[in-house]
Amino acid sequence: MSEQIKKFMYLNRRAPYGTIYAWESLEVVLIGAAFDQDVSLAFLDDGVYQLVKGQDTAEVDMKNFSPTYQALGDYDVTKLFVEKESLEERGLTLDDLMPLTYEDEDDDWAEKDSIKVVSRAELADIMEEQDVMFSF
Amino acid sequence: MDSCLGYAKQGSAVLMYEDGIYGAIKGTAIADKIAAASGVSFYVLGPDLKARGVAEDKVVDGIEIVDYAKFVALSAENDKVQAWV
Amino acid sequence: MAIEANGKTFETDEEGYLTNLGEWEPAVAEVMAKEDDLELTSEHWEIINFLREYYEEYQIAPAVRVLTKAVGKKLGKEKGNSKYLYALFPYGPGKQACRFAGLPKPTGCI
Repeated sequence: MSEQIKKFMYLNRRAPYGTIYAWESLEVVLIGAAFDQDVSLAFLDDGVYQLVKGQDTAEVDMKNFSPTYQALGDYDVTKLFVEKESLEERGLTLDDLMPLTYEDEDDDWAEKDSIKVVSRAELADIMEEQDVMFSF
Repeated sequence: MDSCLGYAKQGSAVLMYEDGIYGAIKGTAIADKIAAASGVSFYVLGPDLKARGVAEDKVVDGIEIVDYAKFVALSAENDKVQAWV
Repeated sequence: MAIEANGKTFETDEEGYLTNLGEWEPAVAEVMAKEDDLELTSEHWEIINFLREYYEEYQIAPAVRVLTKAVGKKLGKEKGNSKYLYALFPYGPGKQACRFAGLPKPTGCI
């Protein structure tokens, strides 16, 4: 493995359940987390629906994987950028999303929010800094 | 959803299911178009709303929330059925 | 593949993980452990039950380093280290313990 840490970003652009992309992305992120890189996730377009709280798939007979986003912090994936414009276009606010947190090792395990709402322009800047981007 | 609306004529019924249910949420650009479509009845599948964490009070007024049985009944009632993927 | 436990047949995948985790019962873990020449103690069960709770909450089987950290937080530092966990589960606390617990292969174990 290369000793240089690269910046990896996973772009999530699709709604959960209708297609397999959201779950696949989450699995790739969790597997990739073993490689000690600088990982972040971006949720934009319909991808913001992945984080909506109160998902209950019992009646459609599918696995509800929304609780798995809560495990991201355990896997040291702590940067989740949600695009403000994508939320607004869909009538959503930060309050409609699941609260996701992580414990900061360097700050006496203080619990901190993983989700950060950013504007499209800010997200574009963050994307510019990345070495590798995967889009799902 | 936008393009589907362009083809929905008077007397049509539009049922939103799977990821299509996002078209039924209040406060979006699509919501206004649904309100403006006259003579078209709108339905949304309840279990798919639930799966995606969309509460019933978030659904645009005038859209009827239906279950699987009503889904089948609608398909039977309307003599032509087009699935818009 | 399949295993026999408690007079019933449980289907498993090619690596020995239960195909349908809803079918799991403690006897499955006992049989799997016997095949691996292990006698399950209350220390083993503590970890197996912990894994099942983790899956219930997060819908994934944790990678071994995530498990180690989580065990340390919940059950104490003297248990949250690889030495303790590997002593209990010599084939790997991620893979072997998850298999006993009826979970899929851990996400992020490579």
